[in-house]
Amino acid sequence: MNKKINYKTIRSTFLYMSFILVVTLTISSCATDDNQTVTEFTELVWQDEFDIQGAPNPDNWGYNIGTGENGWGNSELQYYTDRSENVVIQNGILIISAIKEDYNGSSYTSARLLTKDKLEQKYGRFEARMRLPSGKGIWPAFWMLGANIDQVGWPNCGEIDIMENAGSEPTKVSGAVHGPGYSGGAAIFKKYDLQNDRFDSGFHIFGIEWGPEYINYYVDDVLYNQITPADVTGEWVFDNGPFYIIMNLAVGGVFDGSPNEDTVFPQTLLVDYVRVYKNNN
Amino acid sequence: MKYKKFIYLKTALFIALITINTSCERDLSEDAVFATNSNTGEIFTDSPIGLGTDFYFPFLGSKLTAWTVDDNEGYESQSSMRFDVPNANDPEGNYAGAIFRVDGNGRDLTGYDALTFWAKASQGVVIGEIGFGQDFFDNKYQANVANVSFSTNWVKYIIPIPDPSKLIDERGLFWYSAGTQNTGGLGYVFWIDDLKFEKLGTLGSPRPSVFNGEESSYQTFIGTDGILDSSSTVTFNLVNGLNQTVIAAPSYFNWMSSETSSVYIDETGFYNAIATGEAVITATLAGVEAQGSLTTTVLGEFDFAPYPTQDAGNVISIFSDAYSNVPVDFYNGYWEPFQTTLSADFAINGDNILNYTNFNFVGNQFANPTIDASDMSYLHVDMFIPEFPSFFDFLITVVDFGADGVDGGGDDTRQQMFVTASDVEAGVWNSFELPLTLTNRSNIGLIIYENINFATLRNFYLDNIYFYKE
Repeated sequence: MNKKINYKTIRSTFLYMSFILVVTLTISSCATDDNQTVTEFTELVWQDEFDIQGAPNPDNWGYNIGTGENGWGNSELQYYTDRSENVVIQNGILIISAIKEDYNGSSYTSARLLTKDKLEQKYGRFEARMRLPSGKGIWPAFWMLGANIDQVGWPNCGEIDIMENAGSEPTKVSGAVHGPGYSGGAAIFKKYDLQNDRFDSGFHIFGIEWGPEYINYYVDDVLYNQITPADVTGEWVFDNGPFYIIMNLAVGGVFDGSPNEDTVFPQTLLVDYVRVYKNNN
Repeated sequence: MKYKKFIYLKTALFIALITINTSCERDLSEDAVFATNSNTGEIFTDSPIGLGTDFYFPFLGSKLTAWTVDDNEGYESQSSMRFDVPNANDPEGNYAGAIFRVDGNGRDLTGYDALTFWAKASQGVVIGEIGFGQDFFDNKYQANVANVSFSTNWVKYIIPIPDPSKLIDERGLFWYSAGTQNTGGLGYVFWIDDLKFEKLGTLGSPRPSVFNGEESSYQTFIGTDGILDSSSTVTFNLVNGLNQTVIAAPSYFNWMSSETSSVYIDETGFYNAIATGEAVITATLAGVEAQGSLTTTVLGEFDFAPYPTQDAGNVISIFSDAYSNVPVDFYNGYWEPFQTTLSADFAINGDNILNYTNFNFVGNQFANPTIDASDMSYLHVDMFIPEFPSFFDFLITVVDFGADGVDGGGDDTRQQMFVTASDVEAGVWNSFELPLTLTNRSNIGLIIYENINFATLRNFYLDNIYFYKE
């Protein structure tokens, strides 16, 4: 499963015929020469392939319900539910739907799933294959929080954002860390811009590899960032203990602002799988 | 971090290059390949690309010389296309507009997803329409964006192709129409550069809409046929997160009728009302269901206007299937800004009918050339009012453009013909024989129909509009 990518180079044959050169190219693979070691951890320790129709496996996933405090701290507009309208597995895909509807005082509903007290792990490789929604004010995220959040609070627990997307930027995602001294607007992050494609038109793999004093961020076969203690403007809190996974589809909030009249509802975040590997270094 | 190594093969005597792609995609069978059509995407880079010799066709009434190649301006280059939009009072044409049509075989544009270009203008200005697919033949795959805002610095514009798979043989590569409605009648310049079809890959999935995205309804008669006024559009989300709506010809869509025994519609949007009944017309674009529908009720047999009996030699016909009509500029001039009247003209068994809807006033213009009705004694008009309005007061005005032959100019004369409620009946054809009393009628160019005194007529049909002598 090591995603080391080795594409074959181009073979060519030259035929020279009295001042006329005919070149025949045989291209034996889809891409040009390309070498990057994206991931190293190969021992799969936890996965959800979302193969069973209906509600997600309760052994793997819990839910945040409601509006949290101040829209989950971000002025988000949706009410999170665990109803099948908002979260369901169909045909091997987990579908998280943001719906425009009046519900318990909110104008939108959606869902937020988490592995707290179910899958908590220190270090490793965490990846999901997803097709993102789009539209102004749509904010899908695949991220992690330190499992000691109830003891030390946020941001001291640490937050690793594997993938966040602003729906008004359909070709961009970002990966970030939040910790003491570098949280909220001061988070350490980097954006990745997909070339000649967009994240709402097909599935893409979003992942991190996390080890002692580093977190590597990748999208598909591209390793696009590494964050280490040298990059953060405060205490490095990512060698302290286990983290759990969160997947959610927010509407509105500080990341991309509110939806506008062009935003189409419902919007869906599709998840093909979530896989967790052990740090086997 | 991701690096790519390309191998370039360079040679001075590089005559032919044959590429055999052995993976990734299966090729179509040879039968399916339109081998003769170029798949070149470029239209203008530093000069026109592969358009041939005779490719610029201005719109009627536009200034013919509006387009030139400017060798002093360009987007990251020294040349661009320059469009000089004339002043509204320019005698050579009061707007700029034209199609760029390949002089030769059409292009295969199926590999692209958008027409793109860079543009700027001499002042901030809104350009009326820019698009492609207009060829002055069927304009089958016409598509455009409307009210495009140009600024004084170069900006890239994207016009998504509603469904690229349709464009296997397209000659209409570009068209534009620009006037001075937003500049107080004063001309300006805009430049377009790097005009080409591109495969962006960053367009969101198409969101098609027909009949303004609404559940609308329409009544018609057995035997009507034609292309429905479908107001069909496709909206795409662009890479910047903003939506771009493209006005798309019906042929981009696949059309369906819920009751084909009542209303048949072919895939291009051409419908035929066959039998009394009701059918819901819907459409898909590239497999995506379009928002909106049209419930069409076929009321029954149409009551035709009385067939004209005047001898053809005594008639100057403006609109009739019984006679040869003179050249007519339009049956609806869509006069801005006060006219609300729309056209829903139809044909039944080859008999064409003018249908004005949302009526307040409308004109039939035939000024190129004007007609000489000096020998004529009457204007004949047949009018059918499906539903009698709460208040009917109708005026027909015949305008003679005078010696100068143009509308306005100080020498126009007009005759007003009043039609009151007692002159008409709803649900039947009313034939008017209106005596011509206009002294000068050798340069008649216009007939205007209007509601007066706040009359509320909104919907009616006209047929057999002609001048005649006895």
